[in-house]
Amino acid sequence: MRNWLVQPEFTVERDPERCVQCQVCVRQCANDVHEYDAEDDLVSSESSRCVGCHRCATLCPTGALSIRRARLEFRPNANWTPSAIRNIYRQAEGGGVLLTSMGTDQPYPSYFDRLLLDAAQVTNPSIDPLREPMELVTSLGRKPDRLELDSSAGAPRAKTELPPQLELRMPIMFSAMSYGSISLNASLALARAARESGVYANTGEGGLHKAIHPYAGNMIVQVASGRFGVDAEYLDRAAAVEIKIGQGAKPGIGGHLPGEKVSPEISETRMIPEGTDALSPAPHHDIYSIEDLRQLIFAIKEATCYAKPVSVKIAAVHNVAAIASGCVRAGADIVAIDGFRGGTGAAPTMIRDHVGIPIELAIAAVDDRLREEGIRHMASVVAAGGIRSSADVVKAIALGADAVYIGTAALVAMGCHVCQKCYTGKCNWGIATQDPLLTKRLNPDVATRRLVNLLRGWGHEIKEMLGGMGINAIESLRGNRERLRAVGMSDGELQILGVKPAGVGA
Amino acid sequence: MKRIFAREEYCLGCRLCEINCLVKRSRSKRLIKALRRERHALVPGVRVEEAGRVSFALQCRHCDDAPCIEACIAGAMRRDPGTGAVLCDEARCVGCWSCIMVCPAGAVLRGKARKVASKCDLCAGEATPPCVEGCPNEALTYEER
Repeated sequence: MRNWLVQPEFTVERDPERCVQCQVCVRQCANDVHEYDAEDDLVSSESSRCVGCHRCATLCPTGALSIRRARLEFRPNANWTPSAIRNIYRQAEGGGVLLTSMGTDQPYPSYFDRLLLDAAQVTNPSIDPLREPMELVTSLGRKPDRLELDSSAGAPRAKTELPPQLELRMPIMFSAMSYGSISLNASLALARAARESGVYANTGEGGLHKAIHPYAGNMIVQVASGRFGVDAEYLDRAAAVEIKIGQGAKPGIGGHLPGEKVSPEISETRMIPEGTDALSPAPHHDIYSIEDLRQLIFAIKEATCYAKPVSVKIAAVHNVAAIASGCVRAGADIVAIDGFRGGTGAAPTMIRDHVGIPIELAIAAVDDRLREEGIRHMASVVAAGGIRSSADVVKAIALGADAVYIGTAALVAMGCHVCQKCYTGKCNWGIATQDPLLTKRLNPDVATRRLVNLLRGWGHEIKEMLGGMGINAIESLRGNRERLRAVGMSDGELQILGVKPAGVGA
Repeated sequence: MKRIFAREEYCLGCRLCEINCLVKRSRSKRLIKALRRERHALVPGVRVEEAGRVSFALQCRHCDDAPCIEACIAGAMRRDPGTGAVLCDEARCVGCWSCIMVCPAGAVLRGKARKVASKCDLCAGEATPPCVEGCPNEALTYEER
């Protein structure tokens, strides 16, 4: 039955002067918005099914289509917003949990947008990265407590053995997105782009598809609560292993890949029967304490002969600093923190929009705590959740992160229009879908090229920003909050971030 | 010689290649006008073949042993000595459709405006044919293989 209380969110406008009835829109919309009437030789649109993904408008050769917010306005009400009303209409009809996708779209304040970077003037020289060397190489992993040198044979050599490290050409990695939540073509593009750019991609809890085996040296494999796709070979192939405890978009919530998406390929990759729901429990059922986490970390280290760094990914929640400290003490070589703006293939709307804390505050709190406890060198900190530009990367690193994970930014580079309908499995861009008619819309060669371009562009921009500050290596910026200034923040926020307000000098 | 190749695994079935070809073949060269006013007289040199989940753009393969050249009773079908492309000389074509009968790819079509064979001419002189240029998913390539 049609939910007659829910009005369309978008209006599809077709300019009759430009539409030539070529039907490209009809053939591209997986939501059946456009329809061709052969009798009248006329293409028309049914706006109620439009999700605002712009696929039709992007491919329309004559630019005849515009997608606008529906003009039907509720009576203005600051409390009962249109989305609050619509959510209730939807829920009253079905009685279920409201689902959504991607990072929260609610207008929470962004701390990245209220932080400004420093630049060198007169008294300290800025550096031109096109003329002088500029180092973005980043090593992730445990660093030794002290370095012992052996000078007996002339030139000094390090006696201390360095624990396993992940070497990144620039401090950016692709976050965990499973094959299942995204298509194989999308996964393949991420893996290839990681290889080409000298960084790493993350399998998420989707297993390592055999098509990605050749790129496994640039893959971080995830061990999550469902343990999908995990076996000795899986751990063996990867560059690093990540234990997923939580996800920024849905802290405390498990995952659910519906059975209809579990195709023969996904079944093989995840090592579960075809057509069965892939349920990731909310907690790991063998981890109820830091001691339990330590057991899993060391089980993985044993299984991989202590040759790969082990990462622990946690969601940024109220007590994130103490939890991160526990993870480091449990043996994590990398702690990945996912802020509340982080994306997801599917999450309950209320969880996504109301649980967790901003990544900026979490990075600062974790960096401070680990420094206070004298264990900052024991693990690298990777920040995730809401990184939109190279400026966000630089700010995250200045706040104390070693590197960042980008998820949504990578999807957008591949064509994603952030319509937040990943959970429907009908992604018109061929990214968050398993429908073979839709997945072939993403040519992995094109997507790889676009991802590599994005990273190259960000790399150049980061070098320019560093050069402007007179810094010639990214590691000189890490935790260097003196190079940040804040605008429009309260004393409490300034204190947590460890940043001075704009206008205050050194 | 450079030919157009389809990568059917990435074909969207959007048929923008057909549209771009029609515009190229139109008199006005303007998309809206070509598709509104001239479409009835135009045949695209590329056709998207579709069956279920599979779709791909098909145009004349410009075969090395082109049977259409052999079959042509009027000597209209010939190979361009410079580019190697198989071309139909419309002034000579008598519309007997022998080429259509023998084409192994089904890539020769009947013209709409005049009774002559219509087929892909590889857009001689263009660096990249518009069907390849306009494919949003790079499912068509123009290359030497």
